Parts: sequence; C-alpha cells; structure tokens
Amino acid sequence: MSAVVSPMTSAISPANPLYRSRKRVNVFMLGVSGLALVFGLCWLLWILGTLFYEGGHALARAALYFEMTPPPGADGGLANAIAGSAVLIAVATLLGTPVGILTGTYLAEFGKRGWIAPATRFINDVLLSAPSIVIGLFVYSVYVVRVKHFSGWAGALALALVVIPVVVRTSDDMLRLVPNSLREAAAALGCPAWKMILSVTYPAARTGIVTGVLLAVARISGETAPLLFTALNNQFWSLDLNQPTANLPTVIFQFAMSPYKDWHRLAWGGAALITLTVLALNILARSLFRRKD
Amino acid sequence: MRPARWKDVAFEQLTRLFALLVLGILAAILVALVLESRPSLDKFGLAFLWHAEWDPVQERFGALVPIYGTLGTSLIAMLIGIPVSFGIALFLTELSPAWLKRPLGTAIELLAAIPSIIYGMWGLFVLAPLFQAHVQPALIESLGALPLAGALFQGPPLGIGMLTAGLILSIMVIPFIAAVMRDVFDLVPALLKESAYGLGATTWEVMWKVVLPYTKVGVIGGIMLGLGRALGETMAVTFVIGNAHQLSKSLMAPGNSIASALANEFTEAVGDVYFSALIELGLILFLLTTVVLALAKLLLLRLARREGARA
Repeated sequence: MSAVVSPMTSAISPANPLYRSRKRVNVFMLGVSGLALVFGLCWLLWILGTLFYEGGHALARAALYFEMTPPPGADGGLANAIAGSAVLIAVATLLGTPVGILTGTYLAEFGKRGWIAPATRFINDVLLSAPSIVIGLFVYSVYVVRVKHFSGWAGALALALVVIPVVVRTSDDMLRLVPNSLREAAAALGCPAWKMILSVTYPAARTGIVTGVLLAVARISGETAPLLFTALNNQFWSLDLNQPTANLPTVIFQFAMSPYKDWHRLAWGGAALITLTVLALNILARSLFRRKD
Repeated sequence: MRPARWKDVAFEQLTRLFALLVLGILAAILVALVLESRPSLDKFGLAFLWHAEWDPVQERFGALVPIYGTLGTSLIAMLIGIPVSFGIALFLTELSPAWLKRPLGTAIELLAAIPSIIYGMWGLFVLAPLFQAHVQPALIESLGALPLAGALFQGPPLGIGMLTAGLILSIMVIPFIAAVMRDVFDLVPALLKESAYGLGATTWEVMWKVVLPYTKVGVIGGIMLGLGRALGETMAVTFVIGNAHQLSKSLMAPGNSIASALANEFTEAVGDVYFSALIELGLILFLLTTVVLALAKLLLLRLARREGARA
C-alpha cells in the first residue's frame, strides 16, 4: 500500500525534482508575463512623457492658439490648423453619426431575419480596421478627381467614412443591450415600432450611443492619412470647405518632417494638444459608460 | 392603426437603406480603386507584383519593394507583439489582483488611443536616434557576424529602417491583440481551469495546456486583427522607414511600405501611369488587409458560436 501512495505524495513534494522544475518554469513564466505588462506600460509613459516634455512649453504659449502657421524661421502658432481640424471633425461627425446610428438601429432592431444584418455587421467590422489611407484614396478618386481640387469637404467626407463603422458598431451593441422587456412593455401599450424605438429604446441606450460618438471623435481627431489627399493643407486662415483646409495632423506631419527647429517645436505642441484631446475624450467616454453600469 | 403601420414600414426601410449603404462602402472602395488603377493594371499586368523597379521618369513601376516593406515590418511587429500581448493577457486574467485589473487594462487600451502620427513623430525624434547610437551598433556587432541571419543586421546604423518601424508597429498592435486575448481567456469555463488546478497543474500549465488550446481560434483571430492593423498602418511607419525604393537584405537599411509610399508620393505624382500605379498599390493593400481582417472576424465568430452552443 505504501508503495502506491508514496509516489502520489511525492508528486507534489518539494523533494521531487520534476515538481521543482515545474515550479521553476511556472515562476519564470509568470515573471515574464509581468515583465510583458511593464514593457507595454513603459512605452505609454515614455511617449506621454516625451510629448509633454517637448510640447509643454508650446502648449503654455498663447501664440499657439492665436497665431497662424508660420513660414520657417518666423514665429507663429497653429490657430488656422486648430480651427480647420475643429471644423473638419464637426462636419465629419455630423455626416457620419446619423448614418451610423440608423444602421446600428437596423442591425439591432430589425436585423433578426434575413442576410442584410449579418452581412453588414461583418463588412462593418472589416471597415472598422481597414487602413485609413485607403479611405483617403477612395475619396480622392470619387470626389477630388471629379471636382479637380483638394477641399475641406473631401477631408470631412473621408473622416465621416472613418466615423461610420465606429458608431455602427457601438450603437448596434448598445441597442442590443436594452432589455427586451422594455420593448415588450411598449408594444403591449399599443406603441408602434418606430415610436417605441425613438422614445423607449434610444433613451435607454443613450449613454452607450454617446460613448460611441465620443470614441469616433477621438479616433478622427488624430487621423492623418485620410486627410493627406483630401483636405491637404493651407497656410492661411480659411474656413471655406471648398478650399484646401489646414488641419493639425497634416501640419504636424509637414512640420515634423522638415529640417527647421521652430517648426519642430510647433509640431510637438500640436502633437501634445491632439494627444491630450484624444486621451480626454477616451477617458470621458469610459467614465460615462462605467457610470451606466 | 393604419398611419402608424405606414410609419413603421417607412422607418424600417429607412434604416435598412443605411445598412445597405454601409454594406456598399466596401464594394464602392474596391470598384473605385480598380477603375482608377486601370492604366497601371493594363500596362504592367500581374508582373507589377514582383518587379522591384520604381522609376517615375521612365514610368516603369513594380510593387515588390513596398510589398516587401509592408510584410517585413508587420512580421517584425508580430514577432514582438504576440508574445508580449500573451504575457499581458495572462497577467490580466490570472495574476492581477482584482482591483488592479481595470486600471491596468485601461492603461494598455490607451496605447491604442494614441494617434499613429504621435507614434511616428516620437519614433523619429526619440527612438530612431537612440537606435542609431546604441541599439543598432550593438546588433551589428553581435548578430551581424552570424552566417546567413547576419545579413539582416549589417550596414551603417541609420536609426531608421524596417527594424525601427517594426518595433513601433509592435507597440501599436499590442493593445489590440492583448484585448482580444484577455476577452477570450475570460470565456474559458472556470470548471475547466479548476479541474486542471485540482490535478496539481501550475498556473503556467493551466494557461499553456488548457486555456490556450481552448481559446486557440479566438487567439488566432486576435492576432489576425493585429496583423490587419499593422499592414495598413501609415503615419507611424512613414516617419521612420526611410522612404527609399530599394530592396535591401538588412533590416537597418531604409525601405518603403505600401502605405508610406502612398503618403509620400501621392500628391506629387505626375502622369497617368505613375498615379495609377500608386492607386494600384492602395488596391493591393486594401485586398490584403480585407482578407486578413475577414479571416480574423470569421475565426472570432466561430469561437462566439461555439460559446453560444454551449450556453
């Protein structure tokens, strides 16, 4: 009897060399996984640190917000780029959000039957991660080529195409989280489906949908690639969307790639500004959503 | 009753119209790119894919260099990103105390929120000089002498190139892969893990021999998702890859990727052939990422369906 029991007990006894080596592998691997986490967090801190170290001074100068982008060697700010970006983002959000919410509504409320909803969901998820530079190419070839000049409208259109998949995804998810008993209660009171969706489902999912829109705004705030061939850039103050429109990401790209020191400083300022905005939007969206649950 | 019914139908049709619109975007992008790249498609045919020449003056173009750059940088990003993401997901699901899970997860997710142009700029001004001064000389010294693989690590340390671009890409894809891995690891039934623990398995053995095989499909889906992101990433790569149309064995020589070739040359392209060759590059990139992302989605759907069948 003891001959059968002893190997059993020794399998987990510290004296068993196999057990000891398994233990060692375990401790080593878990240590490595902790290091992997530290590795990831390091980059975040390093990037944010550099950004505010280099861009902090520029952020604190009022000229950044009130003066135009300068020629190399001169003093200036990013006022026209900030305004241009704000307009592009606003127009893109206004164009993309209704499309996204209505599509999400179809997917969540009417998509139980048929092939359209699953297919759209699938394609939408592919679009969500599609390279944004290709979206720029697309808008270039269907819009810029036709009207023969770069313009703010083209830029806003390209950004709207980035907004749509984000909003579709979140509104679909959020509407599907609304409990069916709410819908049934409305239906039992004789409420038609359209009214039920507008006055019961939408309000119930409002926070989630707003979260999605905020995330979409955060996403397009830093998008550069779709603007390179659409809005292009503009050295001067112009809010006419039929003209090439200055925008922060393109200005940062142009200034950072240049050999001029003062352009670099402005680029860091713009980069810090964009990152602050994007992180603030992300954290706002998260806290909104968390308060909900 | 009747007017309400009429509005119901109208509302459903309206939303369906928008769903079809979204469905149509993908097809529209494809058609537009094919139409615009016609001159190049006609002139070079399939040979476009494997010719390395890129000569705007004589209008002879081939996509080999940018394709090589795109695949090469993405491969480096995956080699670094996959193990790190796995480690992060392991830590978040099995090791982290409950109160730390959320802040740590959020911090990793914020890496994904930083715009890619910031990564690019940071890479150009911070990482590349550091690589040039310290990392690359050390690599050339140590690995450059190896037979075969040594060729990857030879040449002058410029700081920019595929290695730097790949490293930055890996930081950018980690949050995507790690998030999917964490989510699918959380799907593993507690019963399964506890059975393994009950048999005396260590935490690592439970992860490697129980959790990972169980979630294999989802993990591969997450990796493909990250790969799709890496292939199409533009700004981060454009800053640090060097933008030179040359095929080089060394990972430290300047190269080019599809997305960065587009970002750099598109607004300056003159002539139909040059222009359409660039659009064709975009078409190749779009097809490549669409296939990868569609595969990712299919794999993740398969895991979700299996979960659904179980519930």
